[in-house]
Amino acid sequence: MNPIINIKNLTKSFFDESSNENTLILDCIDFHIHDGEFVSLIGPSGCGKSTLLNIISGLNDPDNGEISITDIETQNRLGKLSYMQQKDLLLPWKTILDNTILGLEIQNENKDISKNKATKLLETFGLNGYENYYPNQISGGMRQRASFLRTILTDKKILLLDEPFSALDSITRSQMQKWLLKLWKQFTKTILLVTHDIDEAIFLSDRIYVMQNKSSNSMEIVNVDLPRPRNGEIVLDDSFLKIKKEIFPLIES
Amino acid sequence: MRITILKINTQIKTAFVQWFPALILIFLLLVIWEITCRIAEVPKWLLPVPTDIMIELYQHWNLLLRHSFVTLYEILIGFSFSIITGILIGGFIVYSKTLEKTLYPIIISSQTIPIIAIAPILLVWFGYGLLPKILVVGLIAFFPIAVNTIDGLKSIDEDIVKMMKTLGANKYQIFKKIQIPNSLPYIFTGLRIGMAASVIGAVISEWVGSSEGLGYLMIRSKPQFLTERVFAAIFLLSIIGFLLFLLVNYCEKKVVYWKTSSE
Repeated sequence: MNPIINIKNLTKSFFDESSNENTLILDCIDFHIHDGEFVSLIGPSGCGKSTLLNIISGLNDPDNGEISITDIETQNRLGKLSYMQQKDLLLPWKTILDNTILGLEIQNENKDISKNKATKLLETFGLNGYENYYPNQISGGMRQRASFLRTILTDKKILLLDEPFSALDSITRSQMQKWLLKLWKQFTKTILLVTHDIDEAIFLSDRIYVMQNKSSNSMEIVNVDLPRPRNGEIVLDDSFLKIKKEIFPLIES
Repeated sequence: MRITILKINTQIKTAFVQWFPALILIFLLLVIWEITCRIAEVPKWLLPVPTDIMIELYQHWNLLLRHSFVTLYEILIGFSFSIITGILIGGFIVYSKTLEKTLYPIIISSQTIPIIAIAPILLVWFGYGLLPKILVVGLIAFFPIAVNTIDGLKSIDEDIVKMMKTLGANKYQIFKKIQIPNSLPYIFTGLRIGMAASVIGAVISEWVGSSEGLGYLMIRSKPQFLTERVFAAIFLLSIIGFLLFLLVNYCEKKVVYWKTSSE
């Protein structure tokens, strides 16, 4: 099977104004993800994982290297992949319902049809009855789910998630992780998750790319062969801890 | 209907509770003013007591009201003029790089000219009528409105721009859906500053040359030693300023509804 995203020899550097020289962020990165796969990208902060996500989404272009995405022209990939950031980024002047249809609005789709689509999914996203609230009237977990709904509604095959749960408290976070797994199954998406939380990465993923410090150009791949569906207790399982022990030294070193 | 009345009642009550301490203080200061002036026998032409001013307001109410309306009219026309030009020019400057390079430096450097100082020139050009007053008010209120509009349109969260781009938005959509609503609270800050400045602008342009308005009344009453009338005019000016401030605040609550919806 061919991967849905395939990256070869990708290099990216940024010009650093304070030292007046180019800093190499990503050096000869190889990366791939299959259709329907859940892959996590984990590493210490500053290792370039968000940069890689920005490049895949099309917000930035690489200096060198190849990106190919199934059914999408590499040059015009911006806007063709769903991308969700750490902050919910809901617009304070729009109601929850109007926020969730923002992506459809940008694509100039009929407003009533869009609202119908969103309304049907409110229950799945735990937002039933809150459609006419404003973002500052609901909790952080709900805001993040609303942001998720906005991302899902644009109906793209690939979801790029940049630490979407890191701003939430730990109880809400673990609820959101289980909920994300359900969602992933229901909508059959390909998900690439950037995180710095080892437990989160193991709990959710099929495969984990571990990025080390920027001096090193290698990414270790860890396969997570835990059975699905997974429940919360799996984090105490020996097989889970075994994978955790495998990843831990890679990040700490 | 009953609910609305109840709601308005509570609003008045909260407003009363909110303003009560300030009102008490003002009242006390007026009493001290009255008593000390009476004990020290300060002459009325030097410093009238509050009751003198109240009597003046009562006896010459029609005269004072007529001149108040002239000033209010100048402020409203000039201020509206500055709102329209300030927001439009601010918007153009942010949207077009060329305009930013040509117009923005001129607007900024024009602020080194004290607008009030050009009032006599406007008098020479446009006479004693309404036009020079509207121009002074308009010019003086234009700057804070334009600058705040520019600030508001520019200060958007980079992550929101990223989010919009990944949703496939173009430059125009980002401007319309993000930058414009985002600028509204900033514009209202500009309006509040511009409002206060426009009252000053109206009075000073009346001082320079006019035949009506509260500023004119002050200039005319002073040599006649009608100091209580000058004070009455100042009082009415502050009432005008206060009412306009409430108007701007009311509009802000309606337009920037999301800033208060958490209550």
